[in-house]
Amino acid sequence: MLITLVLVVGEARYSILGGYQRLATTLGVCVATEVLLSWWLRGQVANVASAYITGISLALLTKPQANILWPFALGAFIAIASKYVLTYRGRHLWNPSNFAIALLVLVAADSVAVLSHQWGNDIGTNLVIWAFGLVIAWRAKVLHVTLTYVVCFVVFAVLRHLVVGGPLFAELAPITGPMYQLFVFFMVTDPRTTVSTRRGRIIVVAIVALVETLIRLAGDFQIGLLRPFYVSPPILALAMVGPAALFLDLWRTAQRTARVLA
Amino acid sequence: MFSWRRFIVAAAFVAAIVAVIVLNARAVGSGATASETIHLSEVAHASGIDFVHQSPTLDPKVAHIAAHIAALGACVSVADVNNDGWPDLYFTTSRFGASNALYINQKDGTFRDAAAEAGIGSLNRAGEGVSMGAVWGDYDNDGLEDLLVYKWGYPQLFHNLGNGHFEDVTAQSGLRSWMNSNGAVWFDFDRDGLLDLYITGYFRSDIDFWHLKSTRIMQESWEFASNGGKNLLFKNLGNGHFKDVTDSLGVGSTRWTLAAAAADFNDDGWPDLYLANDYGPEELYLNDEGKRFELAHAGLEDDSKSGMAVALGDVYNRGEHDVFVTNISEKGFLFQGNNLRLNFLKELGKFNEVATGVVADAGWAWGAQFGDLNNDGLLDLVVANGFISADSTRSYWYAMSKIAGAQGNIFEDAKNWPAIGSASLSGYERSRVLLNRGPAGGGFVDVAPQAGVTDLLDGRAVAMADLFNNGLLDVVVANEKGRALLYRNDSDGRSPSPEGRGGQGVRSHWVELKLVGTRSNRSAIGAEVTAEIGPGRQRQVVDGGSGFCSQNDRRLHFGLGNQRLGRVTIRWPSGTAQVVNGLTIDQLHVITEPPR
Repeated sequence: MLITLVLVVGEARYSILGGYQRLATTLGVCVATEVLLSWWLRGQVANVASAYITGISLALLTKPQANILWPFALGAFIAIASKYVLTYRGRHLWNPSNFAIALLVLVAADSVAVLSHQWGNDIGTNLVIWAFGLVIAWRAKVLHVTLTYVVCFVVFAVLRHLVVGGPLFAELAPITGPMYQLFVFFMVTDPRTTVSTRRGRIIVVAIVALVETLIRLAGDFQIGLLRPFYVSPPILALAMVGPAALFLDLWRTAQRTARVLA
Repeated sequence: MFSWRRFIVAAAFVAAIVAVIVLNARAVGSGATASETIHLSEVAHASGIDFVHQSPTLDPKVAHIAAHIAALGACVSVADVNNDGWPDLYFTTSRFGASNALYINQKDGTFRDAAAEAGIGSLNRAGEGVSMGAVWGDYDNDGLEDLLVYKWGYPQLFHNLGNGHFEDVTAQSGLRSWMNSNGAVWFDFDRDGLLDLYITGYFRSDIDFWHLKSTRIMQESWEFASNGGKNLLFKNLGNGHFKDVTDSLGVGSTRWTLAAAAADFNDDGWPDLYLANDYGPEELYLNDEGKRFELAHAGLEDDSKSGMAVALGDVYNRGEHDVFVTNISEKGFLFQGNNLRLNFLKELGKFNEVATGVVADAGWAWGAQFGDLNNDGLLDLVVANGFISADSTRSYWYAMSKIAGAQGNIFEDAKNWPAIGSASLSGYERSRVLLNRGPAGGGFVDVAPQAGVTDLLDGRAVAMADLFNNGLLDVVVANEKGRALLYRNDSDGRSPSPEGRGGQGVRSHWVELKLVGTRSNRSAIGAEVTAEIGPGRQRQVVDGGSGFCSQNDRRLHFGLGNQRLGRVTIRWPSGTAQVVNGLTIDQLHVITEPPR
């Protein structure tokens, strides 16, 4: 519901999609891929709600060169297919849209950027989405993930300000933007790709924020080797930390289960 | 356990990733593959043009981003100032004490700076502001081109006395109003035969960059900002006075306008205004018979980018004014893409955006102009690129991205911006020379390196003129904090043969028109000329300012290729229509507006 709200409000006020064909492409490919792969590999058609969210997230976050459509089509397919290919013990490791966007940014930077439309930089719209998002995160019992990330971001922003020496507001500024709304409400909280315990989720999201800060510092200190990463620090931080944490969690759970059975 | 179904899905997954890599690689490489027919030689120094632009120094309160704010002001505009039949050049610089330059064409391939003796050199003074550009127009119809210099400061109007000297008539003109302007156009909006003036506002007019009262001077949004300077329309009253009619005519946009161009986009006989706005959508103001302008809903309002130049050209010889607007592209960070908008106002009520490939993504693009550089009958496109070329190992893009997505009230205050230091920002980008091969030939292809355009200066203004009166359009580029460039067109006068791109090609022809208004303004600014070239019709308008802080020669240049020149229709600003048949090719024609 929230992502539909984001989509409708953003499109109505700021034309954030940049063309309905982009949304049609991502939604169509995501849903079709989900239906096809779930039926073919598991013998039953999966609920397409997840594919719907992925499709909208990709349409909102992916900003291509000129009017090319292939990043939407291929990104949507890769996102959903990753759920069936990049798995461990029956669980997919990456949030689908996070994986697809991270991949596009890293290997197709000449064709794709992330969310250059900024929804008018309007505080009113953002406050509405934050308010709805927090309520929904609370109802979905993932508010602790969102709040932990926000607190960590602020703390690390202050640290970066002290290290880098620029204006504090410049370090705090990113989290007031729309990319972070999608990130904190749809990616970092995805129940399918987070670890099993509340404490674990809090630790993992804090590590995501830490890695993001390291990427940001790489940007501040112009470490050229890491340039592909600092075009979108939170998304790439999650793409690295999230799967590793989930893998460890699944592995440890399996070890514990094996010990109990033994 | 092996599952062939899983294997197939995994293979498709890997294939999709490979496809992404391949398609991305294709997006990078799109240069010309064949020898091309445009050859440009950079001859500024050899021609006596040694002009170097200097950026303004600003209040220390914004010193940390001064390199960003002050990266404007390199302008070039073309006019035959002394009526000798040879185009002259005027360049602006933007530092207190530095002089603008008026390069008089010596008719032998060289130019001589006569700005000081003409009285239009030393215009950059504390308390008065610094030059950001200039446009020429004969506002009093005395047959001599007058000069309007727009500034961050008080604009200045100079009356051409005809003896090599200019008189500053700003005080009595009614134009002395502080603006932070980066663009202006002359046009006769009410068709009364007198050139009116539209001056665009970029930063707010209450900002004095040398005595800042506040650092809250920046845009409130990167997409839909409307807190910029107000554009002003001045009606020429005919006695050397201008009257501000902005509000009554409805053209007082505050959308951070960087460039404007005037032409009759909807063919109703009245000149309209097209605006390229930074941090916002482009705007088309349609002229309602000189009584009012209406903001058109022409498919522009939702497409918010960072417009920086408006170039007009009939891209595919359809007899329409199409529009090219420059924007920003930076790998990984931002793909706004330039806009090439084909004019379908009459058919669909809107423009269709068709930019792709090299047309869409040139870098941080600034000035641009259309012109038929190889005389093949199709308008080519030159785009100047590059914003701030400083330390090439440091980039400001990441630092700027921190605030770009934030709430407007954060970055509206300049003090919240990260310091730029010695970093570059889309620096060292080369210009583009986009050869138009027509829709059947695949559209535009970048031939800049093959044509000889390889400079990496921070291009701003681009202007075109047949500076050497040889039937070839030359290209002048004013560069920010850099030397001005004159690209002499050394093309061999041959265009590709109709049968293909091999061989020697065919001899190309051309025709040039100099229009002289009688009932219309003497400069004939706004006159619309449609030339039948083979099966197509190419439309051009006499330029009162276009591109980014630039103005082309007002003589119109039509390349013909080896096609027949048919009927030439002139619609004068007064409304008079004139049809000319049988014009001799390969020469300039002076055409005077007929009596009613």
